[in-house]
Amino acid sequence: MKNNKYLSFFTNGIIKENPVLRLMLGTCPTLAVTTAAINGIGMGVAATLVLIGSNLVISLLRNIIPDKVRIPAYITIIAGFVTIVQMLVKAFLPAIDASLGIYLPLIVVNCIILGRAEMFASKNPVLPSVLDGLGMGIGFTATLTLMGAIRELIGAGTLLGLPVTVNFINPMIVMLLPPGGFFVFGILVAVSNKLASAKGKKTVDCNSCGNCPMKDSCKIESEVATDAQ
Amino acid sequence: MLSNVIPILLAGLLTENMILSKFLGICPFLGTSKKIDTAFSMSVAVTLVMIIATAVTYPLYAYVLTPLNLQYLQTLLFILVIAAIVQLLEITLKKYIKSLYNALGIYLPLITTNCAVLGITMLNFTKGYNYFESLVNALAAGLGFMLAMVIFAGVRERLDRSDIPEFLKGLPITLIAAALVSLSFLGFAGIGG
Repeated sequence: MKNNKYLSFFTNGIIKENPVLRLMLGTCPTLAVTTAAINGIGMGVAATLVLIGSNLVISLLRNIIPDKVRIPAYITIIAGFVTIVQMLVKAFLPAIDASLGIYLPLIVVNCIILGRAEMFASKNPVLPSVLDGLGMGIGFTATLTLMGAIRELIGAGTLLGLPVTVNFINPMIVMLLPPGGFFVFGILVAVSNKLASAKGKKTVDCNSCGNCPMKDSCKIESEVATDAQ
Repeated sequence: MLSNVIPILLAGLLTENMILSKFLGICPFLGTSKKIDTAFSMSVAVTLVMIIATAVTYPLYAYVLTPLNLQYLQTLLFILVIAAIVQLLEITLKKYIKSLYNALGIYLPLITTNCAVLGITMLNFTKGYNYFESLVNALAAGLGFMLAMVIFAGVRERLDRSDIPEFLKGLPITLIAAALVSLSFLGFAGIGG
């Protein structure tokens, strides 16, 4: 029973609460770096490392950080890990560093990481927090890789750089351009909604505020709701 | 000087639009573009913070971090500076310019974690802009953000009244509509060199 509970912390993020397709977090890097499957893997692994590290430290410090300054404290911890990952990638994987560019330091404002800090690591002990970070990270990486693979296959006719259809079908370059990102993501969300509703689960709605880590300090959602009435 | 300004403005507005081609600030783009006036207020707040953030972070990087060889602290320093600026701006507006606070106040806390603001302060260095060009770039990016938000809010108001297949309702159709708006912006490629 106990093992089951730990397993569920881990598997939660992969399908049931997939950060990108079910929680609608981290949409910026999802759209921006997925022009090739390898970029999706690189971004996913970098974010996973930051997520595990920040979940671990925030969980350890959860009783020490005063409630009022928790968001700045979390951001500082996350920025520390992002800097470490950034330096490691620069030193050992310069090609990935070049293709991720500015989106690598921007992991610091990725809502998945702040979101899990606020929703999970600040309320749970260390081991579940680390498992949650790992599971969410794998879910994020898998989604990014899938999206990168689709865009690369249609847009360039290759998969992980190896030619697949490029020799007999002309690739649709638009898939590698920004519109292709929005389009493929829209279709993926539609498919995930379809599968979720077939299982009787609720579909994600338009309002991305629902899972935003800042929603407690932000009144936009209620403002929009009262305007609509 | 003018010959530098115009290409930067055109790039920020059209060819390198923050949202539609750089994918920065997608969360507020999807979250607050349901109505044109909300979209407009959000973009004014973002533009304001972008310009102030650039004005503060540029000298910090160029005159503090670079001489001390601490460039790797860029991410950490910039995000903390932006968080502090947003807090200060909120407090100042609340105390002195009440009407502006009432209009923009609710959007400010969200901007700390907006990747468009952090993104623009960093892009200024990757592009090698000087201080003046960076400020123009921040303004241009903010105006581009506003243009995309307002156009898209108009599209969404019409989407609300359309007949959409059940499984595309909500977010999927919003993203596909964004793809079409982004596609139309691709037509500007090449303007301004």
